[in-house]
Amino acid sequence: MKTSVIDKKALYAYLEEIKDPEIPVLSIIDMGIVRDVKMNDDELEVIITSTYTGCPAMDMIAANISIELKTLGFKKIKITQSISPPWTTEWMSEEGKKKLQQYGIAPPDKRFTIPKDGVECPLCHSANTRLVSEFGSTACKALYQCNECKEPFDYFKCH
Amino acid sequence: MGNNLINYTLHLADNSLILGQRNSEWCGHGPILEQDIAITNISLDLIGQARSFYQYASQLINQHSPSSGVGWGEASEDSLAYLRTEREFKNCLLVEQPNGDWAQTILRQFLFSSYQYYLYQYLQSNPDTSIVAIAEKSLKEVSYHLRWSSEWVIRLGDGTEESHKRMKQGVDELWRYTGELFTPATYEKELGIDVASLKNEWSQKVKTVFDEASLGIPSNIFMHAGGKTGTHTENLGFILADLQYMQRAYPGCEW
Repeated sequence: MKTSVIDKKALYAYLEEIKDPEIPVLSIIDMGIVRDVKMNDDELEVIITSTYTGCPAMDMIAANISIELKTLGFKKIKITQSISPPWTTEWMSEEGKKKLQQYGIAPPDKRFTIPKDGVECPLCHSANTRLVSEFGSTACKALYQCNECKEPFDYFKCH
Repeated sequence: MGNNLINYTLHLADNSLILGQRNSEWCGHGPILEQDIAITNISLDLIGQARSFYQYASQLINQHSPSSGVGWGEASEDSLAYLRTEREFKNCLLVEQPNGDWAQTILRQFLFSSYQYYLYQYLQSNPDTSIVAIAEKSLKEVSYHLRWSSEWVIRLGDGTEESHKRMKQGVDELWRYTGELFTPATYEKELGIDVASLKNEWSQKVKTVFDEASLGIPSNIFMHAGGKTGTHTENLGFILADLQYMQRAYPGCEW
């Protein structure tokens, strides 16, 4: 197959099936991890970017992309990791933010670029919440507790 | 130019790896769960930064001097982390100092994160685009490390009599390793990286936090140096013994 034209839209639809292993409701497209897809002669190149430098999910995501694309019939696949421009939560889709909230994780909110009390509780929607720690269960999250419903919850930090 | 850039990239990588390794010793031993998670998150960020720098260094080594791939043929991020000896490590002495108590760990993080914060900002205007990209990406994470460690220095310094005493002991122990940060090694001079120019901003930041923490800044203290060029304190050998054990015992093992 020698073509430099690929149906990007269809390809993105397939990549949409690959989820973030730490947050299985979000696809790598929702997360803004996929930066570009290119066809170089007979090699398909997928350019991805890591969220945090030490995020252990990245190697697994790269492996999952390879597997997904191989089952689609692509023989030569190259996954390139790009670090510039650095990933930002600005690249997360609105759809992704909604899914996060439904999953029980408060989505990134510009009013809380520096985490502080008051992030909306994803469960009871109260703003009467408190920051427990700027570091949470994964590098991208901070830990909160709701003062109303008492549930602890994660907040996906602005980055 | 080639060797200077390789040495400088290794210096940046080694700083992050060794402090990441030190902090990871707290995993499962932090004073409370949330802070255990915080310090290990910081470890993860630092080891992530180190990986980016090692990947870049190995690329440079393989281009410029393929013979120095350290044992595994071609250099790789793993060979650089696992197969170099202590004299080849170029991290500053501060990051290899023992964890001590929580106060000493926090203070080491604060002194280093504040340095890294201004350094990575400064490196944004470096002519090397890879260094710029890694510094720019890492800076976002370092801002968190700096905020977190500043808050802890203040909390403990301005806390109880006991916590103040511990913090002060930490300052007495670690201050002597801060001079090296602003004294350029040959490879920094050759590359025109003016670390001395960062000292003002860094001192200001440290003073602001120390003032609030009611801690004094020691004066006229002998400053140790040598780490940047491979002359380390005895601590580094023990760290590497832990860090490199698997690859030394079972060369090339994977899991």
